[in-house]
Amino acid sequence: MSTATTRSTAPEKRSFTAAASEYVNDRTGIAVAIKGLGRKAFPDHWSFLLGEVALFSFVVVLVSGTFLTFFFQASMAEVEYDGSYVPLKGVEMSVAMASTLDISFDIRGGLFVRQMHHWAALLFVAAIGLHMLRVFFTGAFRKPREINWVFGFLLFVLAMAEGFTGYSLPDDLLSGNGLRIIDGMVKGIPLIGTWTSFLLFGGEFPGTAIVGRLYTLHILLLPALVVALIAVHVGYVFIHKHTQFAGPGRQPTNSVGPPILPIYAAKAGGFMFIIWGVISLIAAMFTINPIWNYGPYDPSPVSAGTQPDWYIGFADGALRLIPPGWEFVWLDRTWSFNILVPLIAIGIFLVLVVGYPFIEAWVKGDKREHHIADRPRNAPIRTAIGAAGVTFYAGLWAAASSDLLATHFSLTMEGVINALQATVILGPIIAYFITKRVCIALQKKDREIVLHGYESGRIVKLPGGEFIEVHQPLDEYDRWRLVSFESYEPLMIRPDARGKITAGQRLRASVSRWFFEDRIAPVTRGELEAAHSSHHAEVDTTHG
Amino acid sequence: MSLDRSVTNSMPANRKKLMNRSKRRTGRRHPLATVALLALGLVFTGGAYAALSSGSVAQAEAEPTSQETIEEGKKLFQANCATCHGLDAQGNNGPSLIGVGAASVDFQVGTGRMPMQMQGPQAQVKPPQFTDEQVKQLAYYVASLGPGPDIPADHLVNGGGDAANGAELFRINCAMCHNVAGAGGALTEGKFAPALTGVSGVHIYEAMVTGPQNMPVFNDLNISPEDKRDIITYLKYVQDNRSPGGFELGSLGPVAEGLLIWIFGLGSIVAITVWITAKSN
Repeated sequence: MSTATTRSTAPEKRSFTAAASEYVNDRTGIAVAIKGLGRKAFPDHWSFLLGEVALFSFVVVLVSGTFLTFFFQASMAEVEYDGSYVPLKGVEMSVAMASTLDISFDIRGGLFVRQMHHWAALLFVAAIGLHMLRVFFTGAFRKPREINWVFGFLLFVLAMAEGFTGYSLPDDLLSGNGLRIIDGMVKGIPLIGTWTSFLLFGGEFPGTAIVGRLYTLHILLLPALVVALIAVHVGYVFIHKHTQFAGPGRQPTNSVGPPILPIYAAKAGGFMFIIWGVISLIAAMFTINPIWNYGPYDPSPVSAGTQPDWYIGFADGALRLIPPGWEFVWLDRTWSFNILVPLIAIGIFLVLVVGYPFIEAWVKGDKREHHIADRPRNAPIRTAIGAAGVTFYAGLWAAASSDLLATHFSLTMEGVINALQATVILGPIIAYFITKRVCIALQKKDREIVLHGYESGRIVKLPGGEFIEVHQPLDEYDRWRLVSFESYEPLMIRPDARGKITAGQRLRASVSRWFFEDRIAPVTRGELEAAHSSHHAEVDTTHG
Repeated sequence: MSLDRSVTNSMPANRKKLMNRSKRRTGRRHPLATVALLALGLVFTGGAYAALSSGSVAQAEAEPTSQETIEEGKKLFQANCATCHGLDAQGNNGPSLIGVGAASVDFQVGTGRMPMQMQGPQAQVKPPQFTDEQVKQLAYYVASLGPGPDIPADHLVNGGGDAANGAELFRINCAMCHNVAGAGGALTEGKFAPALTGVSGVHIYEAMVTGPQNMPVFNDLNISPEDKRDIITYLKYVQDNRSPGGFELGSLGPVAEGLLIWIFGLGSIVAITVWITAKSN
């Protein structure tokens, strides 16, 4: 780092490292960057590593996927299978399917890499989902990070698109059924549906073009977008600093944690290998997508238990939950509301997810920057909205496995569907109220602890014969953690410059009232001092 | 037809594989030589048998269906089945059994579905209540009441057919209820298609010809006896050859995979993140 100053004075006895560093630095000027980045602190909390899990599993997807492209042939030309798997010998199938079977049975390590690719993809999307939940529930999407929330959301959508296009490539029965559902959904859109489907498949489904097209998307366009967005997304984390939970010495202006070099980099590097190890272990032990069972795609058969990969499950579930008879003919056209309603519902849900940071900022009228992460209980309404969203998503998700729920829990399929219909509609409301109450109760408990300390479990008999439990006061560090959060109050309706109250303001005020009517304010210094003095006084006078 | 195809298809493949393998183990010393020989033998004997036994009707093994057997069966029937099926199997609360054939009885009683444990969406499998001999006695008694499908001959159910043909037929005709790997699936109103793992070839064959519970009948014009044998061959193959990719997770598809990655994959990773960021006390 200090090569510039040592250059003139350094004697001949320089280590190889020093010489090499100097050589590199003289030509790249990288020391400035390392000095800046290396000293950047990264707050330590387990949930801050979830994004890294996604990143590292994406690396596995990228590397294993590259291997697979060496052997996969994205062609729908018909061939007769002549590989090692006996129950498919002599069966007509597409080259795509045959080459995937060859990867699985006749290429050394092929099956392992294929399974690694698929498991890592599942983990990639799952880690993104959990990471998004962490960001949501800690309010880490607030200014200045709203845009990065949008980039992250786009990554989530792109990851699902990557997953689905990959799922469709082997041209086995399962992937073909999945494409058929997409085809049906596209065709269900009025006016443009049929045209779009024909454009996508190059004619009537399934055609002979779709695998090649999906392959281009899967290995060229979508990965390029994902890589670019990851760069932007991670870049913004550096620019904005990482959020941190409240604690002693943690200010909105600083970032407390181990520096990237050497501690954090070493930890993250080790963590990367652990993730790769977990993926390898799972890939080596568990079968995923046994296309040899599914056989080549043929539009007539559909297997029981046909599901998409987990991340598309919510969409499949939405389709399954629609009651029969929502399709009718009007104006000589078929209107498929059994498809349109799920599409619209999912569309609204996704718009709410991506737009939430902006909605919350508008409701609060808060234009300040926020770098301290909220504890979920300290933002009860946000947490309750999140819980409602999770319940809605989980209901749709569970519906995708309605048939397996029925067989494995000895239930009727109709019963499962009806219960999940109720869950999707009523569940979010119930979850909202329960979560809000739980958050407020937890806040009350925090308040109680700050004011009166922990219950120590030590029972003392006073001279008067009375038993009391001694409360142990908090130390200052813990108290800081519990009292430092912001409490918002409902916005007041105020006339604007022209003395008018607009409808927008009224709406904002009512939403704000909904958000912040029930609230627990953090303990103030005054309250704390009062509690302490009265508590002592109490002990002194009453019990003393 | 399918026999000829399987023979002609397997020949060049085997030869090619023998040539491709290392030179140390070729010809009759090849590890698969025994299997190939066995398969060829089975195919030829099976083919010859099929040709000789004049095709479609599944003949019973040469078991003496004496009057005595039938009488024993009648006694068992009247003691155990008549409450629902009537004293002369003419039907009472339960359906008439005249003309259902020996295959139907062998399936229902042999798998423990009958006598039924309780009323429900469909009869459940339980440990069989009768010995094999008693099941046969019941079967031949019912068969004596009217003509129906007979218990299939051994060569049709021993798994000596063409697995590839069977797999294709299974996917087209059976997988929509039983799942491509025979893992079972849900039907409406609490009914279900059971998993086919561990079910004997005889019972699978009998199920196809008699259509028990909610299953449709696949008669010999629909799926020929040889094709049924191929289907059984495929199911036996799936059962005897574990997945090359590791644990199958019940062959249930993406739901099981999703649960695994969320619970064990992400679960273990979250545990690791907690460990990595834990502060030393």
